[in-house]
Amino acid sequence: MLDGLNAWQLISSGDAALFAIVKLSLAVSLSAVVLAACIGLPLGAILALTSFPGRSAVVVLVNAFMGLPPVVVGLAVFLLLSRSGPLGDLGILFTPTAMIVAQALLIVPIIAALTRQTIEDLWIEYRDELSAMDVGPFGRVTTLLWDARLSLLTALLAGFGRAAAEVGAVMIVGGNIDGFTRTMTTAIALETSKGNLPLALGLGIVLVAIVLAINAAAWGARVWSERQAG
Amino acid sequence: MKRHYASLAFALSLLAAATPAFTQDKSIVVASTTSTQDSGLFGHILPLFKAKTGIEVKIIAQGTGQALDTARRGDADVVFVHAKSQEEKFVADGQGVKRFDVMYNDFVLIGPKSDPAGVSGKDIGTALKTIQEKGIPFVSRGDRSGTHSAELALWKQTGVDLEKAKGPWYREIGQGMGAALNTAGAMNAYAVSDRGTWLSFKNPGDLVIAVEGDKRLFNQYGVILVNPEKRPSVKKELGQSFIDWLVSPEGQAAIAAYQVNGKQLFFPNAEKKAS
Repeated sequence: MLDGLNAWQLISSGDAALFAIVKLSLAVSLSAVVLAACIGLPLGAILALTSFPGRSAVVVLVNAFMGLPPVVVGLAVFLLLSRSGPLGDLGILFTPTAMIVAQALLIVPIIAALTRQTIEDLWIEYRDELSAMDVGPFGRVTTLLWDARLSLLTALLAGFGRAAAEVGAVMIVGGNIDGFTRTMTTAIALETSKGNLPLALGLGIVLVAIVLAINAAAWGARVWSERQAG
Repeated sequence: MKRHYASLAFALSLLAAATPAFTQDKSIVVASTTSTQDSGLFGHILPLFKAKTGIEVKIIAQGTGQALDTARRGDADVVFVHAKSQEEKFVADGQGVKRFDVMYNDFVLIGPKSDPAGVSGKDIGTALKTIQEKGIPFVSRGDRSGTHSAELALWKQTGVDLEKAKGPWYREIGQGMGAALNTAGAMNAYAVSDRGTWLSFKNPGDLVIAVEGDKRLFNQYGVILVNPEKRPSVKKELGQSFIDWLVSPEGQAAIAAYQVNGKQLFFPNAEKKAS
């Protein structure tokens, strides 16, 4: 579908196939960030505010998992979702849902680890006040997460960046199916393997531009809300 | 543990239900090879099949070995690959229902225009033996794909014991055909390629065909329905209608009509009975 096109023609003509690929990439990676945030933010905050035996081990583990190779995560999700795997009956291997799951698993550690650090630092500042007001553990987690929201945006962006940039996991669990599970990164890998290097590079430029735009938007939102807060 | 899976399954099915735009009804998953995808064949024939039947065919392009493994796990409905011995074993093991010949093309030996091994126009046996004796760089797929199997069979026929002869000249990259051609181009090396991928490859650099037209370079493609008795999730009616279409006069004509730069890439030969 993308064959025989120069990358610039492709971008400037607003090619429908390219648009669909970009849309899918964004839908998958943003969904993964939302899913991972639902797990990673509370997990990070709880790690920051509680002490239990083995806490250090968990912190080290979460930090280390920031470096999980996407291919390994992809393979694990593949084995889980394969028809011969424990969740095979769902039949979601080679679908965007499987890709969301894999990317979410990949970035939960990033969001959790950065959240833990942020909340731990903020806790030092808030400890006396929150203790004096006799706020319970749930209230502490929610208060700190809310007040740190602007810093936590960075954690979410780091997660999004990793999700949008990885190719190993989505290739394995999505299968790079044309028009269905083909994302920016798998399309780039495919065009490279076809020897269509200019198009692959063009798609790469589009991907970088999109990630840049999203980061700029997030930065703008941050500046705006800081002004609102006075 | 079972309960954990159940709750995880529940959560995932919610997620799946929440993304209705992604679910499509009449569709099958076909595990096929990089050679059929990279050559653009599917981009040509699948829209025709969909227009006729309304069935969406989702292609997972892998090496033949990996494609058969995907099918063995029940993650595909149909396999469409090119390593007859592996395919026959797949059917004999009860993993597949029946194997049908679909089409053929041929392999070619690709090498630098300067022909450092001096093998241009030789027969494939002499060419490979010369490359090995002179220690000229050779790129192998090394990925259990159909082309890789064919390459290994050629070395064997030539009488070269690869395990002994392997050295820095023999470079296994473990990647698809396109990547192997990219690598061969960059390293001034020789490589065995299927003709389809070669003809549609966009970055040939200084690479040209060194050897072609040898009987031993024949490349047969076959299609198999994954056995629904082993894998109940297989969509057997939809999968079978894809196979029926491929071997029908209409499907065969569609395959024959696919050209790149005015050259036909695949030659239909389905008239033979299923093996």
